[in-house]
Amino acid sequence: MDPINFVILASILFAIGSAAVLLRRNAIIAFMGVELMLNAANLALVAFSRIHGEIDGQIMAFFVLVVAAAEVVVGLAIIIAVFRARQTISLDEPAELKG
Amino acid sequence: MLDLTWLLIAVPLASSFVLLLAGKRANPWGHWLGVAASGTAFVVGLLAFIQMLGLDEHDRSHAVHLFSWIPGGELNLDAGLLVDPLSMTFVLLVTFVGTLIHLYSVAYMEHDPDRRRFFAYLNLFVAAMLLLVLADSYLLLFVGWEGVGLASYLLIGFWNHKPEYATAANKAFVVNRIGDIGLILAMGLMFAYLGGLDFQTVFAAAPEATTAQLTAIGLMLLVAACGKSAQFPLQSWLGDAMAGPTPVSALIHAATMVTAGVYLIVRSAPVFEGAPAAQTTVAAIGAFTLILGAVIGMAKDDIKKALAASTMSQIGYMMLAAGLGPIGYAFAIFHLVTHGFFKAGMFLGAGSVMHGMSDQVDMRRFGALRTAMVTTWVTFGLGWLAILGVPPFSGFWSKDKIIEAAFVGEGAQPWILGGAALIGAGLTAFYMSRLFFMTFHGKARWTDGQHPHESPALMTVPMIILAVGSAFLGLFLAMGDRFSTWLEPVTGHAEHHEPVLPVPVIMVATLLLVAVGAWIAWRKYGAADVPETAPAASLATIAARNDMFQDSVNRGVFERPGTHLTRTLVYADAAIVDGAVDKTAHGFARTGESVRKTQNGQVRSYALTMLVGLVIVILVVVQGGL
Repeated sequence: MDPINFVILASILFAIGSAAVLLRRNAIIAFMGVELMLNAANLALVAFSRIHGEIDGQIMAFFVLVVAAAEVVVGLAIIIAVFRARQTISLDEPAELKG
Repeated sequence: MLDLTWLLIAVPLASSFVLLLAGKRANPWGHWLGVAASGTAFVVGLLAFIQMLGLDEHDRSHAVHLFSWIPGGELNLDAGLLVDPLSMTFVLLVTFVGTLIHLYSVAYMEHDPDRRRFFAYLNLFVAAMLLLVLADSYLLLFVGWEGVGLASYLLIGFWNHKPEYATAANKAFVVNRIGDIGLILAMGLMFAYLGGLDFQTVFAAAPEATTAQLTAIGLMLLVAACGKSAQFPLQSWLGDAMAGPTPVSALIHAATMVTAGVYLIVRSAPVFEGAPAAQTTVAAIGAFTLILGAVIGMAKDDIKKALAASTMSQIGYMMLAAGLGPIGYAFAIFHLVTHGFFKAGMFLGAGSVMHGMSDQVDMRRFGALRTAMVTTWVTFGLGWLAILGVPPFSGFWSKDKIIEAAFVGEGAQPWILGGAALIGAGLTAFYMSRLFFMTFHGKARWTDGQHPHESPALMTVPMIILAVGSAFLGLFLAMGDRFSTWLEPVTGHAEHHEPVLPVPVIMVATLLLVAVGAWIAWRKYGAADVPETAPAASLATIAARNDMFQDSVNRGVFERPGTHLTRTLVYADAAIVDGAVDKTAHGFARTGESVRKTQNGQVRSYALTMLVGLVIVILVVVQGGL
């Protein structure tokens, strides 16, 4: 199969992920969107690695996995902290930093 | 001894600080310390003078290096003293007359609670004046120049509990500042054109500079000299400066400080050599001021103000001589020295009269004082004969030479300058005789309860010494051209020039005018009764009584337009400069306000913005073919 299809799939996943981040108010869902975007990027990296016949992209994908794992830990902790403080996980609710 | 000349400055300065810092504790002995400091300076000066007399004529210029003052790049300046015949002349004049006046002040200021402070200021003045004349660079001279200005200000306003006296001090200070700006500008021009500020560098570079450059420097120096020496158009402060105690008027505003301008011009001779236009301006200003001062002097009833106008006029003679070039320099300094003696003597005489008349200064309330104050009458009389230029008294030898020198030249110049000097001599005779007769002759017009008495010996002895100087110093110095020869290493040898009129004619004309002036004064103020209040008079007399309306002119020409100008500038500053800054700031603030709205705290909108930005960047990168 032509590896370009993986790239196309990755683009679709990225678009879905970003749509989830931009459109959903629920922090958990938005968070899932972020994960989806990260994985779309991973998929693209691996696909490019295959296309070019080089190992670099796959190595990069491992880095992304590690970063994503760390990000999940921090992100979920933040969501829980926000929930404890406000009894809501809506993304629009905390707007104290507006100028 | 010549290397120890720094003591001349250090001793009075130290004494001044001691007197100022010791406070009331020094009250019992402070004035004697002041006298001793001035006297020490005189002794040091005298010893240095004797040593200098023993030297060969060409070795008489002695440089004393003190310390490296401003070491830096292009401007490398050492503080040093230049001891040569010219500065030595001033040292002797300042310390000798100064010491006598210190002595006189001990008695004159006896009842003043601030006598110690007075002597501190006098010592400060002596130190600053000696620094002025001994400095070997314009910058060090400027330090002394400011120092004498400060001392003058402090002493004019010594009785500053009277508001008008304090105002007089401020006026002197402000007018002097104008002159100081001239000196600062002159120094700037010297540094730019001649590459240095010390006399040696400047005078060495002067012959190579262009006439325009030297003229600019010369005119700036002239502005400085006009400020310090009360020459037109900066003359207005001298009359009011008489607010100071009389010894101050004698020392600072007659004998020494006001002649610093003449010193500056003569010292800067190499600069003026290359700038004939500036030189002519000096002479013209001198000639004009000598007439102006004489006319004002003719109408003044205040004895000190009349003497102040006379000082202005006599310094006009010196400036005139200094503006004539090498033929005049020696005579300018000669007249400066004799004038220092007779004018200081007459001021001390005026002080003695005031001392005996409860500080009365109105000459219309004097009269017939010759019997009550014999010593004062005789000493004042000798000064009067000296300033009139009656042979063989001092003034004759110095002033007559200036008048002769003024008649040297080509074209109209000698006739104008010489004519002014000649007429000035006649006017001088009139106003000085008027002053003398109104004070010492005629009928007594004293206010009730006045008992004029002779002053104590501490006051009369300095007056007698100065009177002896007024009588014989001129003859002594003029014999065999002693004084001109003494100054020759500094002022250069002057070729003898014949005046446009034969010398005997000039001399006879001068003496004739003097006799006529004195005779008219005798008829009006000696033989006839003098009204006790000033009678109504012609417009010219009123103008002269009001100093030729100098204050109104200054107010109309400088103060008012200056006020308007500054007000306009303040307005323009607020409207244009401040306005521009404020508007710019407001513009930024408004921009910030509108941009602030995008910062709405919505995480998702931030995310959207980031995405859009990222897409744009990617599009640019892809489109750019990178």
